[in-house]
Amino acid sequence: MAKLKENLFRPLFDNNPIALQILGICSALAVTGRMETALVMSLAVICVVALSSAVISLIRRQIPDSIRIIVQMTIIASLVIIVDQTIQAFLPDLSRKLSVFVGLIITNCIVLGRAEAFAMKHEPGAAFLDGLGNGLGYSLVLLIVASLREIFGVGTWFGLTVLKTAQSGGWYVPNGLMLLPPSAFFIIGLLIWALRTWKPEQVEKG
Amino acid sequence: MANDSAGRTLLVAFLVCFVCSLLVSVTAMGLRTIKERDARLITYRQVLAVAGLLDDDPEAVWNARVEMKLVELADGRYREDLDPWSFNPRRAAADPKRNYRIPAELDLAEIKTRARQAPVYLIRDGGQLSQVILPVHGKGLWSTLYGYLALAPDLTTVKGFAFHEHGETPGLGGEVDNPSWQAQWPGKEVRDAEGRPVIEVLRGKVEATDPLARHRVDGLSGATITARGVTNLLRYWLGEDGFGPYLRRLVEEGGSHG
Repeated sequence: MAKLKENLFRPLFDNNPIALQILGICSALAVTGRMETALVMSLAVICVVALSSAVISLIRRQIPDSIRIIVQMTIIASLVIIVDQTIQAFLPDLSRKLSVFVGLIITNCIVLGRAEAFAMKHEPGAAFLDGLGNGLGYSLVLLIVASLREIFGVGTWFGLTVLKTAQSGGWYVPNGLMLLPPSAFFIIGLLIWALRTWKPEQVEKG
Repeated sequence: MANDSAGRTLLVAFLVCFVCSLLVSVTAMGLRTIKERDARLITYRQVLAVAGLLDDDPEAVWNARVEMKLVELADGRYREDLDPWSFNPRRAAADPKRNYRIPAELDLAEIKTRARQAPVYLIRDGGQLSQVILPVHGKGLWSTLYGYLALAPDLTTVKGFAFHEHGETPGLGGEVDNPSWQAQWPGKEVRDAEGRPVIEVLRGKVEATDPLARHRVDGLSGATITARGVTNLLRYWLGEDGFGPYLRRLVEEGGSHG
């Protein structure tokens, strides 16, 4: 039981896929301009990583070694298409904002990384929790970055006014940099710094 | 390991592909009606927004006020035999069997080919035609801009104009989305007394003393090429190679059409 818990919670802070493994950065830059896109992207990634890990682990003894990466990719790609289609059908406006990035979950290293590093060697239950945990770890960073970018970039959070901007008669002058993808680099960098100050064992040996 | 024999490998590969493709197609089929409805709703919203009729229930407004028709551009007649919803102008424009190659000297919008038919949207106000909405598109600086132009029944006065899709530079050409720029359009006259398209987006501002002010719109600072693209695409679509024959036919029939 303790082991399962560890699978789920270790990726949040101790082994965060973005902050420690520095994976999945591309989408973390692209979809974090607003909370709602970041949330939908997070849910999509959680679904894909958790389910692909579980499915791959389920058939891990059947997968021939020579084609294992391709089999993993096929399963991941199918799940991504299903998630993408579902978002397109039920959240068409958000789906247009997320554009290609849902489709690009296929190439998100976190998903294939967990499949290859964990799901191929563990029971489906443990693999599912590991996928879930990594999805959550990814989401945690995404949502923190998106919160900061939306609050300081447009003065809102999930579209609700937090800081009343000068254009709409308030006092806050929005920081335009926050709306551009590079700002996510700075925020992720600062997050990694904060995390490694809190948990010095994550610092890489120079 | 038996897992790695050729037969086994092929079997696993086949089974994985089979199950995955089944899942993907079932999802796609299952969600198709929802997606088609969404696509229609997007069109409803875009057209009604340009007409100034967008409210909380676009579907109800659409069903009550809007009539969608497909026009054969060459002669300006309605094509009742084709279903306007299943007609995809972009696909038709790319299909050599169904498209029309625009002669280079006429190709103001720089789109090279277009579909032979185009949808139009007729808005009614208690039985009376109140607006005709035409889809237009053409090259800007980086991208093709797609928009709708709403005309009053005189087919000259603009009721509304907006782009719903483009990839111009945010803050420069992207300012075509700025409501205050769009707000200049209503009341402008896109054609002169002879019916020639003379609308123009200037560089800089329209002077109040300009005798042609009613045909002219303020430019977008830092977006000369996008602005020129807007001028050209409107002139193309309102001209003889675009909706010209259709507009002429509407005038001749004096509102008794449809």
